[in-house]
Amino acid sequence: MNRFVLPLGIFALLAIVLAIGIKHSPEKGTIPSPLIGKAAPTFTLPVLTEAGRTFNSADLKGRWYLFNVWGTWCGECRAEHSALLEIAKRGEVPVIGLDWKDEDPTALQWIQDLGNPYEVIAADRDGRIAIDWGVYGAPETFLVDPHGIVVFKYVGALTMEAWETKFVPKLPPRQAAKS
Amino acid sequence: MKRHYATIALLICILLATRTSQAVDTTQMPTPALQERYLGLTHELRCMQCQNEAIADSPVSLAADLRRQVAEMLLAGKSDDDVRDYMVARYGDFILFRPRVSSRTIWLWSAPGILLLIGAAIAVRVTRQRAALVDQDKEPVEEDIRSS
Repeated sequence: MNRFVLPLGIFALLAIVLAIGIKHSPEKGTIPSPLIGKAAPTFTLPVLTEAGRTFNSADLKGRWYLFNVWGTWCGECRAEHSALLEIAKRGEVPVIGLDWKDEDPTALQWIQDLGNPYEVIAADRDGRIAIDWGVYGAPETFLVDPHGIVVFKYVGALTMEAWETKFVPKLPPRQAAKS
Repeated sequence: MKRHYATIALLICILLATRTSQAVDTTQMPTPALQERYLGLTHELRCMQCQNEAIADSPVSLAADLRRQVAEMLLAGKSDDDVRDYMVARYGDFILFRPRVSSRTIWLWSAPGILLLIGAAIAVRVTRQRAALVDQDKEPVEEDIRSS
């Protein structure tokens, strides 16, 4: 009997370690962002919808906003577009778009066809700003607070369910009550 | 003989195939020293999109952007650690194929040593137990042979 104690003990330990690993590993191997709790990267980029105008992200200071990284080459971005439109319609937080490694005509066509949920769309043509945000695959969506601190990052196609369960609880009650 | 031709043809195909797959990155740094550092860094940074490839070997566009970043930083006179810091600040420890020793990764780094110690402890115990068994066995060796 005694000789089973050690292997069983090791097995139990291994099972516990693996269970913790599985429980802590979020869906689809999402990688935690080191940006959470830190200042959101600032940038100045051309505005997609207005040729010649630039947008400075410092202008967002003092407001909550959603920072959504997308591209017309990204299939999941099409899937989340209706959710973005719905969020924009509710008006809880403005949605700022980062059009990542795209081309102006196709991106403009996309907005015309599917609707524009964005308050501003910044055009990151060479992908440098996306690197500053630690983006590794579109779509990615960040929630930023009025102090410019990144509160939350969501990887993958946004859904209304994810919005309700993961974003809204992080907003102050007054902001969330508007819906 | 014909079979040999087929084999040779196959080998050439494989050779060509490997050569094209290695031509993902054609960046040339101005000096051999910089080139060596560039290759070292691009091989130790993970492509976050494909996750099991280094940015040096990955054809996805994010990997190309990160290689460009590495090249620019090296040309600007940044150290290898500056480049690693830059990447970790944005993508986290996960981007390094050799994670740094920190409070979060200490278990990862010490695991091989701990496992080795556990293994050694078990080995010592088992050997001692067996040695003790042999000492207790007072029967002559012939008995063991006959009974088996």
